[in-house]
Amino acid sequence: MSNTDLKVKVWRGAEQGEFVEYLVPRNPNQTVLDVVTYIQRKLDPTLSYRFACRVGMCGSCAMTVNGVARWTCRTHVSQIVQGDALEIAPLNNLPVIKDLATDMREFFNKWKGAVGFFKGDKTRYDDFAKVQPDSQERQLANAGIECIGCGVCYASCEVVESRPNYLGPAALNRAWTLTNDVRDVQQIERMRAVAGDAGCHACHSQGSCTEACPKSIAPTASIAGLKKLVARAAVRGSKWGKL
Amino acid sequence: MGQALNQGVMQAKLWYAQRISAMVLGICVAAHLAMIFYAIRGGLTAQEILGRTQGNVLFAFFYEVFVLACFIHAPIGINNILQETFPRSGIAKPTACVLGLLILVLGSTAVVGVYSGGTL
Repeated sequence: MSNTDLKVKVWRGAEQGEFVEYLVPRNPNQTVLDVVTYIQRKLDPTLSYRFACRVGMCGSCAMTVNGVARWTCRTHVSQIVQGDALEIAPLNNLPVIKDLATDMREFFNKWKGAVGFFKGDKTRYDDFAKVQPDSQERQLANAGIECIGCGVCYASCEVVESRPNYLGPAALNRAWTLTNDVRDVQQIERMRAVAGDAGCHACHSQGSCTEACPKSIAPTASIAGLKKLVARAAVRGSKWGKL
Repeated sequence: MGQALNQGVMQAKLWYAQRISAMVLGICVAAHLAMIFYAIRGGLTAQEILGRTQGNVLFAFFYEVFVLACFIHAPIGINNILQETFPRSGIAKPTACVLGLLILVLGSTAVVGVYSGGTL
């Protein structure tokens, strides 16, 4: 062991398990994903974790590092290391399959539950829809569109923790971008799906999702937009009709 | 499924009602506090209070609006808090209903009391 080794505690097991400590050499510009990869390749090949692109696009490598959910491929050890210690655990609020890999099915099913998918009414024979880039709708959609589906916001959300049927920040953010997509034809279904305590109105506006989002998206703002739009649609109606 | 959808829309309506009643409460609480600071400058007696409030329609109207805003706002909030804190207890709705009824009855009784000076 050299003085510069990192002491890395990694969660091993499923729901039941324990932290196991590994010693990993420090390198300049080392990311947390590099650390996990080193352990799996050099120290213990049975370690399970998930990654794909390594450049912050795919959203598969999120883990809880020193108590905070982060994308590990773009998180430098030097930014977050406490002394020489790192603690790496799977994401919160999701069932653990093994070690650092969580079962993301519920997370993505909730996107479907929030009608978080596009449906238009044009065919290939129709002309392109013309959407002005500086229109208000397009600007609002742009603000939330870069989501990579990593689950960091979902793991950081206190409401998801206390209300397991709550759709969560990522699904609601996606619903909001589609609400502002003028080509989409499922607006009433979507507003019904995200109304109430399993949807946007359960949000406490605490902002943990916004603070944790690696893409600097503000799901809190998207959810606030949905709250107003949907509540108004329920009481007074909307441009697509009444709920 | 249909019932769950209706429930969501109902909750959205309640959220809207709570928002609007919060706006009313914001004004009422500010006016209420200002009135308290004004009223207690030279001490506070029951005669003084009743002297101002007895037969004063504007006063009674203001405080009845205050009571109605509380009646809408507080039970919705309490229901949400209890539902989140004790999700399986089933106490949220009954407690919220009792609280709402108490606020409405006790609040309105108080408004009638200070308006009539206890003669009713």
